[in-house]
Amino acid sequence: MTDGLATSTARAADAAAAPPRDLMAKFDGLIAERQALADSGVRNPFTIVMDEVLSPTEAMIQGKRTILLGTYNYMGMTFDPDVIAAGKRALEEFGSGTNGSRMLNGTFRDHVAAEQALRDFYGMAGAIVFSTGYQANLGMISTLAGKGDYIILDADSHASIYDGCAMGSAEVVRFRHNSVEDLDKRLGRLPREPGKLVVLEGVYSMLGDIAPLKEMVAVAKKHGAMVLVDEAHSMGFFGPNGRGVYEEQGLTDQVDFVVGTFSKSVGTVGGFCVSNHPKFDAVRLACRPYIFTASLPPSVVATAATSIAKLMHAHEKRERLWNNARQLHGGLKRLGFALGTETPESAIVAVILPSQEAAIGMWQAMLEAGVYVNMARPPATPSGTFLLRCSLCAEHTPAQLDSVLESFAQAGRAVGAIS
Amino acid sequence: MSDRAQIEETVHRLIEPFNRKGVALTAATSFAGDLEWDSLTVMDFVAAIEDEFDIIITMNMQAEIETVGQLVDAVVKLKG
Repeated sequence: MTDGLATSTARAADAAAAPPRDLMAKFDGLIAERQALADSGVRNPFTIVMDEVLSPTEAMIQGKRTILLGTYNYMGMTFDPDVIAAGKRALEEFGSGTNGSRMLNGTFRDHVAAEQALRDFYGMAGAIVFSTGYQANLGMISTLAGKGDYIILDADSHASIYDGCAMGSAEVVRFRHNSVEDLDKRLGRLPREPGKLVVLEGVYSMLGDIAPLKEMVAVAKKHGAMVLVDEAHSMGFFGPNGRGVYEEQGLTDQVDFVVGTFSKSVGTVGGFCVSNHPKFDAVRLACRPYIFTASLPPSVVATAATSIAKLMHAHEKRERLWNNARQLHGGLKRLGFALGTETPESAIVAVILPSQEAAIGMWQAMLEAGVYVNMARPPATPSGTFLLRCSLCAEHTPAQLDSVLESFAQAGRAVGAIS
Repeated sequence: MSDRAQIEETVHRLIEPFNRKGVALTAATSFAGDLEWDSLTVMDFVAAIEDEFDIIITMNMQAEIETVGQLVDAVVKLKG
């Protein structure tokens, strides 16, 4: 008994003296991995700084003129003179910031103009602008599907979609990537009564593959589900009006919500959702990532509005972008690289590499040759693959892409990825 | 054989293709700790379990399931 008492007193003393736990300790593994990478002598692919941007396709990186082949600037709108003029005008007339929420003091003329430009572009009755594309998915998904509802999503969905699920209180069900049969089976197993939201992407950004939306949307409708499609990586160059993969596959009146971003084809930053649902605007009243954050600066929404209006008629840019995708995809295939897609399905061309060492080695060799591509690794990539991802721009010239292919050939041989 | 025993046997069979370390399975075997599965393996395995038993194990439920025994319990409940 005395022992017992002594032990419990000691425990109490231990508890009182408990040292503060360092919450940062959980990152030790990550820090060690980064350090090992740095010690191996390669440059860190995740800390690149662009000191000067010369055009949509070129920047200065550590004093070297570098071709940008990993920016998502698909339509090359970032230096469009009309876009820049609109931004400058808004900056001068409305100042540098908004200081507030869209729901309080943060809605300016150009937020309304950007939403009108989106309605015109998509031919939809409703448009809501968010501060980033990430927040658009976060907000729409967490708000649309409530407690007791179901969200059914592709296993390879973007982090913003997963995070929207985590933020909300719906039940979440995954299906195998791009498998219509798997989606059908899972929807068929769900109870009939609850609301259901199927979340799809037009283009999956890691491998650049497109979704069989036509079949998937038909399956979703068969089971009474609503459909949200993220068209972040397709705006401007899929479908007759550049609305995305859903338009190209003839689904303009089938998709309930389309989410997109200003940070890719539009050439600035921001996110949005468009819809024909008669009650769509009610989202503004309930969506926390819309309400509890500052709205975009006036210059940003002014550039977005101008850029979107120009994208409606950017047929020639679209043509050049697809030519570029074909040139790069075809060239890499001829060199013998393993690619994410058999044919050029989108403006993303992913080179699949066997290991992190090969990926980083090649990424660095490319950068030294003056070509910037994205390196991607698990868990961002599907099936644990290591990727060098290229995204094309309408403004890349055939000569630039020839030189890119030459760099790929040399770097690929150096790391043994091709013979 | 009871329903539970049958379900347990089937779960064990479905684990095997993913059991790269040849871990001996008990009810207490944990997916993350003992089997060392990453999120991609979990995704493939859950899909296999769902298809075998014609059930849905939502991600919300998956978050609560750490061991083989807990999974068997969940399948028994979902089938029942």
